[in-house]
This record gives sequence, C-alpha cells and structure tokens, in this order.
Amino acid sequence: MPDPGLTLDGVVIQRERRILVDISDHVAPGEVLTVMGPSGSGKSTLLSYIIGTLDDGFDAKGQVMLNGTDITDLAPEQRHVGILFQDELLFPHLSVGENLAFGLRATVKGRAARRQHIDTALEDIGLAGFADRDPETLSGGQKARVALMRMLLSGPKALLLDEPFSRLDTERRDQIRTLVFDQARAKGLPVLLVTHDHADADAAGGRVHRLT
Amino acid sequence: MIPRCDTPSARARFLPWAPLLTLAIMVGPVVAGVLGTLGPAFGYMPALGGDGFNLKAFAMLFDWPGITRASVLSVTTGIAATALSLLLVALICAAWSGSRAFRIIERMLSPLLSVPHAAAAFGLAFLIAPSGWIARATSPWLTGWDRPPDLLILQDPYGLSLIAGLVVKEVPFLLLMTLAALSQIRSQQARDTALALGYSPVTGWFKTVFPRVYAQIRLPVFAVLAFSMTVVDVSLILGPTTPTTLSVQILKWMNDPDLDMRFLASAAAVWQLTLVVCALLLWRLVELALSGLGRRWVASGARRGATRVVQTVSIAAATLSAGAIVFGIFGLLVWSFAGFWSFPDLLPDTFTLKTWMRHGMNLWPIITETLIIASVATLAAMLLTLACLEAEDRYGLRPGSRVLWLLYVPLIVPQIAFLTGLQTLAIFTGIDGNRMAVIAVHIIFVLPYVFLSLADPFRAWDARYGHVARALGAGCDGVLWRVRLPMLLRPILTAAAVGFAVSIGQYLPTLLAGAGRVQTLTTEAVALASGGDRRVISVYALSQTALALLPFAFALFIPAIVWRNRKGLRHA
Repeated sequence: MPDPGLTLDGVVIQRERRILVDISDHVAPGEVLTVMGPSGSGKSTLLSYIIGTLDDGFDAKGQVMLNGTDITDLAPEQRHVGILFQDELLFPHLSVGENLAFGLRATVKGRAARRQHIDTALEDIGLAGFADRDPETLSGGQKARVALMRMLLSGPKALLLDEPFSRLDTERRDQIRTLVFDQARAKGLPVLLVTHDHADADAAGGRVHRLT
Repeated sequence: MIPRCDTPSARARFLPWAPLLTLAIMVGPVVAGVLGTLGPAFGYMPALGGDGFNLKAFAMLFDWPGITRASVLSVTTGIAATALSLLLVALICAAWSGSRAFRIIERMLSPLLSVPHAAAAFGLAFLIAPSGWIARATSPWLTGWDRPPDLLILQDPYGLSLIAGLVVKEVPFLLLMTLAALSQIRSQQARDTALALGYSPVTGWFKTVFPRVYAQIRLPVFAVLAFSMTVVDVSLILGPTTPTTLSVQILKWMNDPDLDMRFLASAAAVWQLTLVVCALLLWRLVELALSGLGRRWVASGARRGATRVVQTVSIAAATLSAGAIVFGIFGLLVWSFAGFWSFPDLLPDTFTLKTWMRHGMNLWPIITETLIIASVATLAAMLLTLACLEAEDRYGLRPGSRVLWLLYVPLIVPQIAFLTGLQTLAIFTGIDGNRMAVIAVHIIFVLPYVFLSLADPFRAWDARYGHVARALGAGCDGVLWRVRLPMLLRPILTAAAVGFAVSIGQYLPTLLAGAGRVQTLTTEAVALASGGDRRVISVYALSQTALALLPFAFALFIPAIVWRNRKGLRHA
C-alpha cells in the first residue's frame, strides 16, 4: 500500500478571507499528531474538513489522503474516518447495545453474530451486561468508553479526536486517554488529536502542530 | 450543513424541490383565489355571461343598506380584539415572565390553543347568555331575576361578545408566539440588567424586551388582525345579526341559489380584503407612532412602574380569559347531559344520556369524515415540512426572512377573500364538493402551523449527532430516519397535533371547498347555532373539542411510553 497513514496535503481553510487553518502533514499508522491552538482557532474546523462535514460557510482547499487514497471528495460515510467529540454523543434514543450496533460494520451478519460481537466489545471496555442500558444512566467515563468502542466497531482507518477528554475528571481522563491511545496503536491507526490541554499533548507523546 | 449526499433515489431527486413545491401549495391557491374573486367582482365571469369589465357589483354592494355598519363592525371588532389580545399578552409577560405562575400559564397553553374556535365560542355563549351560567350563578340573590332577562348580551349590535370570543382564543395563540420570541432574545438578561439599573420589573420589560419581542411577533399579530376582522364561524355564533359582520354576509350571498349573487359576493370579498389591507396599514402607522413615543419614554429614564397593579390586573384578565374557555367547555359538558334545567338553577334537575344516545349514531360518520380529512391534511403537511427542513440542511436552502413572510400569506390574506374566488374557480372546473377538495384546501392552512411549530426544534437538533452517525457509516437518509426523526419524535408529534387541531377547527374552507356536501363536526356544530338547541350543540361542540385535544394527549403519552427508558429524551 503506498504511503500508509493520513496525509494532509496543502489543506487551507478560510472564513471571510481569514485563514484559520494551514497545514500539510503526514500521520503514520499508530502515530499521534497533536494540533494545538486556542479556542476559535479552527481546530475543530480542520476535523470537519477531514470527515467531510464542513459547513459551506468556509472556503477550503487541499487534499486529504488516507492510505494513499484521495478521500477529499467522498461522502462522510465512505471515508472510514472515525471521530470522537468532547461530548460522547451517544444516541439518546438507542440503548447502549444499539448504539454499538449502529457503529458495527454491516459485514458482520446475522443477529446472533452481531449480538455476540457487541457483548464481546462491551466486555473489552469493562461494561459486560450493559447492552440494554439507557446511555443516559451511564457515568461520564462509561459513556466515553462506549463512544470509543462504537467508533472502533465501525472499522475506521484513521482516528480523529476533538478534545475528547476535557469533560472527564482527572482520574478518568488518564484512564480513557491510555485506553484510546493503546487501542489506536494496537490497530495501527493514524490519530489526529486537537486539544488546548498540554497534558493531552504530553500523553499523546507525538509531534505537535500549533495553530494561531 | 452536510453537502454530500450520495443517494440517487427518487426521494433524493424530489427533495431539492420540496421548498418550492411547498410554497406553491401554500401561496398558489391564495393567488388563484384572489384572482378568482377579483374577476367576478369587476363583472368578469364568462360562465355566468359576464365577459366585460364593469363596476355594477360594487354599485350593488354600496347600495346595500347594511354596508356601512357591516364594514365598521369588521374594522372595530377586528382591531379591538387584536389590540386587547396583544395588550393582555404583553402585560402577562411583563408582570409574570420567569415566575412560577408563568410556568403554569405556559403549561395550560397547548390545551387552550387546541380548543376549536367554534367550541370556545359556544362555551362562552352559554356562559354569558341571559340564561347562561353567569346569570344563573348570580340570580336571583344578586340580580333579582327569576327568569332570563330580556337583554341582548349575545350577538349584541356592537360586536362586544364577538370581541370577547376572539380575545379568549387569540390570547393563547399570541402568547405561544411571544414565548417562542422570548426564548430567542435572552429576555431574562435584559430584564435583570434593567432591574439592576433600578427599573421596576414591568417598566424594565416594556423598555428592554417588548420592542424586540414585538418585532418578532409582528406577523402573528397581523394574522390575528386579519383573522379577527373576517372570521365567520365565531361571528355566526357570537356576532351581531342585523346586520351581520361583512364576512358572514358574503357567505350568505355565496350560498344564494341565485348565481348572479356571486358577482355581489365577489365584490364584497374584494371590499373586505381592502378593509383588511387598510386596517393593517393603519396598525402599522400606529405602530410607528407608538414606537416614536416609546423611544422618548425610554430616553426619559423613568424607572417607576406600578408592578403590583399590572400583576394583579394581568393575572385576573388571564384567569378570566382562560376561565371563559375552561368553564365554557365545562358548561357544554353539563348541557350535553342535562335533563330538565330551569332558570335560575345552577345545575339541571336530572342528568341523562338521552342527547348523546340520540345523536351518537349520526355523529359517527361525521367524526370519521373529520378524522380522515384532518389525518390526510396533517400527514401531507408534515411530509412537506420535513422535506423542506431536510432540504434546508442538505442543500443549504435556508429561507430568508422574505420567504418567511410567504408562510404567513394564507394566514394574513382573509379566508373569505380568496376562498370565495377559489370556489368560483372550482365550481366551473368541477373539482369542488368532495373530500379531496376539502383536504387540499385544509393543507393550505395546516402547513404554516406545522412548519412554524416544527422548524425551531428541527433546526435546534445537535448536528454533531449527524456527523457522528455519518462517520460511523450512515448515509444522509440513514441519519434522517435512524437518528434525527426518532430523536425528534416529541416535537414531530406536537406539530402534528397542532396541524390536526387546525384542520378540525376549519369552518369556511370546509364549507366552501366541500360545497356544503362534506360534513365535519365544525360545519355541523356551526350549522346548529341558529337552531339554538343547547343540548345538541353541546354534543357536537364537545366532540369537536375532544377530537382536537386527542392528538395532544398522544403527543404527550406516545414519547413518554416509547422512550420510557430513555432519560436523555424525556425533555426533548
């Protein structure tokens, strides 16, 4: 496979003639690139561009390549780029298990097989038996783990993190952070982390790109 | 906004056209109807041998002895009802917003709003009539009456009871619109700032909040004014009789077996439309004058305000207004089960099921017809609304403020002005007098209400749920059907209930589009008004109210049951 990983080639995003983001970089599989900047600097905008949900109020150009394929013009659902937001955004009308099923690839067929898959996934994140729970009854740390697992089950080829740890208390934060980075490394996913928290950047341990 | 939706389905091809189609459905018939009214008014109606242009119909109209009185009545009742409703709403909000009493008022709004105009008018009539509950409650110990006094309280020549009937129904509507506006402009902050600067709560509210709120509710206020000037069903029940209001007279001419009277009816409808336009202009002028005075008042720095007085007066008036509907409905209930009931007894001697039994069998087909019409009209309006809102998101077809005006076109152009023409057109194309025609006309009026009540919650939905769903592999349609619509179940059902209630309440559109052959609870109830049999009227008006309230109950209970284990949606 040519050039595995996530490549940003001359990505420039402007709003009303003001340049918010200007970045060219390559994130190798298993590597974490941290993008830092104050709020309003366009960190989240960059992620929207990569997953394909950028508001048309922005002018954006530049290519996004994933494992050598140009995904810049693909629909968001065809890009295989997973994202975690600051809020877990678990679908409130679905149970924990249904949330995971929403993420689980359709290639896993059959009710029993899918159910089995989800039960195993819940065990992996220490939430065995939580399938029928209302996501709203979970603690912050539990929700974060479900959100992570939901995304991983969709089989992403890259991982975007939009300050996903900032809502958690200090103790949970380390725990979840380690879990996310370990999973990404184990699956060999390129990770792009945006944050304004230096501790996040330190924990990620990778290179840091600063926006102004 | 998610620009890329790769779904080459038929639905996806239709979607970009939805806003245009919706506008055409709402505004098209209004334009066609006004043209269909203008033609005959000026003598042009080839089917009846009118192929030239002349002013004969207008000459006839202004020769009619009642024209001055009917015109004046239309203007005075319309303006008085609108001004009183607006004043009351403003006072309630100024004195009570943010308080516990206000939250109780908020909760009472939906049921009050859904009571059909005709039922509310009947209820009020049975309260204030010389033999009504108020007279009974105060006789003979206070009034000395031992038989109903010979007073013209109902259908008084000045239209006072008509104004009262309009106010009790328009206050909940304007209050709802005001609440929506208040939540958009962060009124609490402005008010608190004014308080901190030493203003009394009421004065502070009027100086800082009201101007911005009014700018947002101007269109609803215009709709109330146009509606109040031209209402037919309430006027048939509570309005003066000799002469009637102009709109009622137009309907009489429309129903005249002599088809030549259509020229006169059309001319009168054009005149009615002219009166409404003039009244709207007058209202706008007064607005400008008052805003000039208001600016000076704001600049004066006067801080004091009789908060106590305003609080007392407004809550008393609001209670009276809501009480008129609540006790009115209660009165209908008692009448429908009443056996022998002599004056001045507060309650009947006996209660009986006789009236219900006797009319129950006749009611079923009418209830079925009403339900079918309301369901289809609401469903169509809901699909168009959802398609518009979804297209807005997918293709960035966000309506500007100009387009929003168009939403109010069917609500501001008086029904009597364009339905008259629409029926004239329909008769000669042979598409009137059946259920489909009635449904089609109902959609015109149901659509704006469904759109207005669903647009805010639909747009307020957190788009990041959509982004997450798409990153997880769902397409645009998947996001809509599997995430967005289920999450919005409650507001969707509420909007449907509003649309349903609007359809149930339609009198003139049903009568004209149905050519008198399509019977709904509303047309039947209003038709009974002249007969004066209170027991039968009560049965019909109560059935009408129950049918309009039922969907609100569904909108409350269905989400509560479906999402009983979903805390995150309990207040959505």
